[in-house]
Amino acid sequence: MTGRLFDKIWDRHLVASPAGEPPLLYIDLHLVHEVTSPQAFEGLELAGRKVRRPDLTVATMDHDVPTIGLDKPIADPLAAEQIARLRRNCAEHGITLHGLGSMNQGIVHVIGPQLGLTQPGMTIVCGDSHTSTHGALGTLAFGIGTSEVEHVLATQTLRQAKPAAMAVTVDGELGPELTAKDLVLGIIRALGTGGGVGSVIEYRGAAVQALSMEGRMTVCNMSIEGGARAGMIAPDDTTFAFLEGRPHSPRGKLWEQALDDWRSLATDDGAEFDREIRIDASALRPAITWGTNPAQSVTIDDVVPDPGSMATPAQRQAAERALAYMGLTPGTAVRDITVDTVFIGSCTNGRLQDLQDAAAVVRGRKVSPGVRALVVPGSAQVKADAEAEGLDRAFTDAGFEWRSSGCSMCLGMNGDILEPGQRSASTSNRNFEGRQGPGGRTHLVSPAVAAATAVAGHFTLPGDL
Amino acid sequence: MPGIKRIAGCAVALDRRDVDTDQIIPASWLKRVERSGFGAGLFSAWRQDPGFVLNRPGAAEAKVLIGGANFGCGSSREHAVWALQDFGFQAVVAPSFGDIFRNNSVAAGLVPAAVSEESTARLFAALAADPDAEVVVDLATRTVGIASAGLTEPFELADYPRWRLMEGLDDIGLTLRQEPQIAAYEATRVPWLPAMAGQ
Repeated sequence: MTGRLFDKIWDRHLVASPAGEPPLLYIDLHLVHEVTSPQAFEGLELAGRKVRRPDLTVATMDHDVPTIGLDKPIADPLAAEQIARLRRNCAEHGITLHGLGSMNQGIVHVIGPQLGLTQPGMTIVCGDSHTSTHGALGTLAFGIGTSEVEHVLATQTLRQAKPAAMAVTVDGELGPELTAKDLVLGIIRALGTGGGVGSVIEYRGAAVQALSMEGRMTVCNMSIEGGARAGMIAPDDTTFAFLEGRPHSPRGKLWEQALDDWRSLATDDGAEFDREIRIDASALRPAITWGTNPAQSVTIDDVVPDPGSMATPAQRQAAERALAYMGLTPGTAVRDITVDTVFIGSCTNGRLQDLQDAAAVVRGRKVSPGVRALVVPGSAQVKADAEAEGLDRAFTDAGFEWRSSGCSMCLGMNGDILEPGQRSASTSNRNFEGRQGPGGRTHLVSPAVAAATAVAGHFTLPGDL
Repeated sequence: MPGIKRIAGCAVALDRRDVDTDQIIPASWLKRVERSGFGAGLFSAWRQDPGFVLNRPGAAEAKVLIGGANFGCGSSREHAVWALQDFGFQAVVAPSFGDIFRNNSVAAGLVPAAVSEESTARLFAALAADPDAEVVVDLATRTVGIASAGLTEPFELADYPRWRLMEGLDDIGLTLRQEPQIAAYEATRVPWLPAMAGQ
């Protein structure tokens, strides 16, 4: 079963395939951040080992950085220590660090593509499960744990059993109110939260090819929420146009050589997948999660589901738990659910196009009284680009807070959190219990729906305003 | 890392599917720069419920956690594995695991034993009848047993991770034996790949 995009990238990174051991895979780029790396550097030092390829390693700080008051010292002593550790580790090992204050700082999965570090055909890893984002450029990219971070630092390789290959084919066309976020939430609903375990997904079909690079990143980003190891999309002219001229993109003759190679990175006609699911894009509607995992979603036109209607006892039990946590009653119209907080940002939806989508909705309108709304750009560059277009004014005039870049309320490590019982409309990727703060209740939506919801105070579509 | 061949002790039964690593160790705990000291954070939100299984008398001595399908899904945080180990667990038995969690477990020396849904149901039933029953996870035979209930259930764990767990081997040390192949591979990389100037 050769001829799949995934095999082509996998095979060209095989360093060794000793009998009785999983293959050793070369890693082209290792992205590092403050939260999952300190124990890896410590392990390396205790064993007297060095970073093998500091030139293939890039660090940034994103998970617990403040997004406000950057001119003052970091108030949280634990976060300050973690950030200081990262600075020291990068300095000692000669690793490039895009720290706070740099125009290249930002969420690790936003800056990789932005800087042209993410290129078709590469292998990329990072101690973060949303590393799958980079697959949008035809890259094999996946999240790893801290022991594996240490392994990559020391060897620039990973020992990995080869995952299965799954195809998710999206036929047809997304309707005008639909975004990549609605598409991926629909895919995860079809797949189930564990449906992709052990697999690498290739997203294909007309609706995928029609997505912008930002949209493709949103889709690949959430592959892990369906349990998949990675998600990828074959590179095409959209990809090449995105990459041309970026700081780390090849230039001149090398660009031409790279293009020739990248054009070969597609699944051959007739190649078979271990599993394939098909989605009809034209049947989708804007999506919103009602439960405590990203597969528990309905459309904006629906009501909160009745656990009694679930297919299996396990699903029923999970739905009952989720509704109790979320404080929701079956049968409530989704549009009648009110929110306390709206969060626009994250590695899922914190890129320029996401902010443009949201700003277009809020321009000339006001955030509903009592709703706290914040926009956290995915990188310092995204923030600057948005400000150059006046998006910051559109948001602040409407009553949004305009923050500096970081992971922020996606996982609430930096103090941007929900209070217990508060409900959010969030453009992030996880609605797990307590994800945005202990007791917080998260509903995942697209940037456009989040923006409209901020204005209305309850879930709604821009067209309803 | 010490090798693990057989684990015998009482167990905690957590009959929920899709237990994500945010529940196992909440993000507020990830600011630590050490590998230890995470035990108090294990399931800290759920432990606020006095009826939660980890608050059962005897849970503090448990060595085996039995969970539902897709255990450890979500975030890549290895801190989830460290928290389970700090609390005293040496093995997690479940029908399936999040991929990253499973890799992290093997790397850190926590046994991820994948059993069938039917086996899981029998183990839960046996522990419901006798919460203090001794559970044995045997890597040599790849079985989870509860002798007092007459149960011996097979589990899946591939040969290589089983060998690493049983021998307590340092994965990096194993890979560095292949340093010549790594260097040979590096000489063949295409010229346009990104590289940093460094500091």
